[in-house]
Amino acid sequence: MTSLTPQEQLLTDTDHHGSGHEDHRMFGLATFLVADAMTFAGFFAAYLTFKAVNPLMPGAVYELELPLPILNTVLLLVSSATFHRAGVNLRRGRNDRCRHWLLLTASMGLAFLASQMVEYFTLPFGLTDNLFASTFYALTGFHGLHVTLGALMILIVWWQCRTPAGRINASNHFPLEAAELYWHFVDGIWVILFVILYLI
Amino acid sequence: MTITVPQQSTPAAPSLQPTGWLRYLSFSVDHKVIGLQYLVCGFAFYLIGGALAGAIRTELLSPVSDFMPRDVYNQVLTLHGTVMIFLWIVPVVNGAFGNYLIPFYVGARDMAYPRLNAVAFWLIPPAGLMLISSYFITGAAQSGWTAYPPLSITTPATGQIIWILSVLLLGGSSIFGGINFIATILKLRRPGLKLMELPMYCWAMLGTSILVVLSTPVLAGTLIMLSFDIVAHTGFFNPGLGGNVVVYQHLFWFYSHPAVYIMVLPAFGLVSEILPVHCRKPLFGYTTMVYSIMAIVVLGLVVWAHHMFTSGTPPWMRLFFTIATAFIAVPTGIKFFNWLATLWGGRISLNSAVLFSCGFIVNFVLGGITGVALAQVPFDVHVHDTYFVVAHFHYIVYGGSVFVIFASIYHWYPKVTGRMLNEHLGRLHFLLTFIGFNLCFAPQHWLGLNGMPRRVAEYDPQFALVNQFSSVGALLMAVSTLPFLWNVIASGFYGAPAGDNPWKALTPEWLTSSPPPVENWHGDPPLVRHPYGYGIPADEIDLKSASGSDLWRGGQ
Repeated sequence: MTSLTPQEQLLTDTDHHGSGHEDHRMFGLATFLVADAMTFAGFFAAYLTFKAVNPLMPGAVYELELPLPILNTVLLLVSSATFHRAGVNLRRGRNDRCRHWLLLTASMGLAFLASQMVEYFTLPFGLTDNLFASTFYALTGFHGLHVTLGALMILIVWWQCRTPAGRINASNHFPLEAAELYWHFVDGIWVILFVILYLI
Repeated sequence: MTITVPQQSTPAAPSLQPTGWLRYLSFSVDHKVIGLQYLVCGFAFYLIGGALAGAIRTELLSPVSDFMPRDVYNQVLTLHGTVMIFLWIVPVVNGAFGNYLIPFYVGARDMAYPRLNAVAFWLIPPAGLMLISSYFITGAAQSGWTAYPPLSITTPATGQIIWILSVLLLGGSSIFGGINFIATILKLRRPGLKLMELPMYCWAMLGTSILVVLSTPVLAGTLIMLSFDIVAHTGFFNPGLGGNVVVYQHLFWFYSHPAVYIMVLPAFGLVSEILPVHCRKPLFGYTTMVYSIMAIVVLGLVVWAHHMFTSGTPPWMRLFFTIATAFIAVPTGIKFFNWLATLWGGRISLNSAVLFSCGFIVNFVLGGITGVALAQVPFDVHVHDTYFVVAHFHYIVYGGSVFVIFASIYHWYPKVTGRMLNEHLGRLHFLLTFIGFNLCFAPQHWLGLNGMPRRVAEYDPQFALVNQFSSVGALLMAVSTLPFLWNVIASGFYGAPAGDNPWKALTPEWLTSSPPPVENWHGDPPLVRHPYGYGIPADEIDLKSASGSDLWRGGQ
C-alpha cells in the first residue's frame, strides 16, 4: 500500500466511513431511538405513578375527549403506510411517485399537529392547572415536538429527491429510510401514549 | 481492511484539520485525539472539583461556619459533586479511555461514528464552563448533585436552571458516546475476531454503554420536568401544587444508581487490562468476568430505590430492593476474586500502575462492604444522610474509579506519548494519594455512625477533631497531585523513550508504534485472539504479526 502522510490520511478518513465500508448508520439511529423511547418511558412511569397515588386536588378539572385523538391516531397510522410506499417507489427509481407519497405523509403529520392544537385550545384545563394537566401537556407536547421534527425531515427528504440525480435517490436512500424509521417510532409511541393517556 | 488510496496522484491536500498540537483544540474526528481531549479536559475539571473539595474541608476544620457563608457552602458542595461526577469521572473512564482504546481492541481504525464522537466531546467544555460560571454570575445551584425537589424548586432559580441545562448537555454527550461505543464494539470488529476474544475493557464498555443508553434519557426527561416546575410553575414535584416529590426520587435514582456503575464498570475493565500485563498471567476467569459484568448491568437497573429507604417506601419495596442490592455483591465479588487469582502466583512488577490497581482493590472492597451494609434497611435508616454515606460513596468513586484512572494513566502514558513516566514520582504519588485518601475518608465512617449529617457547614463540636484529621487527609490528596502533574508534563519532554511495547503486552494497542499512527496501524490490524495469552506457548498464539510473536518469545 502507498504510505500516506498524516494529513492525507486525515483527509481520506471521512471517506472510509462514507463508502466502501458496511453502513452502520441505521444501527446507530436504532440505538438512539431506544434512548429516546426511555425518555418517554420515564414520562409514562411518572404519569402512571401520579395516577396511582396522587388524588386530584379539590376543584381541579382533568377530563379528555376521545374524537380528536382517535382521528389523530388514524392519521399517524395511515401516514406510516404512505411513508412506506414512498420508500418503495424511491428504491425503484420513481422519484415523482415517491415525492407524492412523501407530501401526503407530511401533510398528514401537519394535520396531526393542527388537530393537536385544536385539542389544546378546547381542553378545559391549562398547563399549570393541576398535576395531571401538566403531565398531559408534557407528554403530548414532547411527542408533538417529535412529530414536528419528523415532518421537517420528510420535507427535507422531499426536497432533496426532486430529481433521480438528486442527493437522495435510488442508490442513496438512507436519509429517507432513517426518516421513515423515526416516523414509525413516533407513530408507535403515539399508540402507547393514546392507550395510557386516553384509554386507562 | 486496507486504506483506500485515491488513484490519481494527490495534489497538495488542502488543510482540513490542523496536525500539530493544535488538533487537540480542533473538531478532530481521530478517536485518539478525542480520547486525549476527554482526558485533559476531564483532568482540568478534576482540579476545579478538587479545589472545591478543599474549600469544603477548610470550612469543616472548625464546627462553626467561618470560612464561607452557608449558602456559598451549599453552592460549593453542589458544584463539587456535579463537576466530579459529570465532568471528571464519567467522561474520563468512558470517553477518554474508551475512545482511545476501544477501536484498537476491536481492530478498527476509528470509532463507528467519528463526527458524532467529536460532537459528544465538544458538548462537554461549554457545559462545564456554563456550570462553573453560574457561580460567578448569579450564584450556582444549592441543592446538591441530586437536586431533590422541593429544595431545588425553592432555592434561587437561575443557578438551578443553569445546572439543569449543563447536566442535560452532559447527558446528551454521554448518550452519543454510548451509542458510538455499542456500535463500535458490536459492528466494527475486525473479521475473525469473536466477541469472547475481546479484551475485558470492551465488555465493560459494552455493559456501561447499555446502561448509559437506557438510563440517561430518564434523567433528561426528569430534569425537563423539574425545569418546568421551576420556570413555568407546574406542579410535577411540588407537593404544594398536588405534585409528588418521591416520583422525582424514583426517576432520578433510576439514572443515578446505574450512574455508579457507569463510573465503576469501565474502571473494572481497565484494571482487568492492567493486572495481567504486569503480573505476566492470563486474566483469571474471563468467561465469569463477562457474565458478571452483564449481571451487574441487569441488576444495576433494578436496585435504585435502595437510595430511598427513608422516603416512605412501602415494606415490599424495601424488601425487594434490599435483596436485589445484596445480589449485586455476587458478580462484584466474582470479579474481585478473579483479580486476586490473576495476581496469585504471578511475576508481579510492583510499578505505579499496579500499585494504583491494588489500591483500587483494597479501597473498593471497603466501599463495597459499606455498600452492602447500606442496602440493609435497619442500618440504612440509622446512617441515612450522614457522613457514613459520604465515606461509602467516596470509597467507590475515588478509591475505585479515580485510583483506576491514575493506574491507567501510568499504564498507557508510554503508548500515548512514546515516553516513560518517572517511576519514583509515580510511587510517591501513590503513597500520598493512598494515605491521604484513607485519612480523609475512613474517619468519616465514624462521623456518620455517630450522627454527623452530611451537607452541613456547621456541626456538633464533639466531631471537630475527627473532621480535622479528615481535612489533613484532603490536604495530602491535594499535595499528591503535584508530583503527578510534574511527572506527566516533564516526562512528555524528558522521559526515557518507551519504544512500542515497554510492558511487553499482548493487547492490540501495544502492537503498533508509540504514539500510534493516525489510523492506528501501518498495515492491516493484527488479529489478537488471546489478548491475555501470557503463559501460553508461543506457537499457539496467532497474532499474524511479527512484532506480536517476537514480543512473546522475548517477553515471558
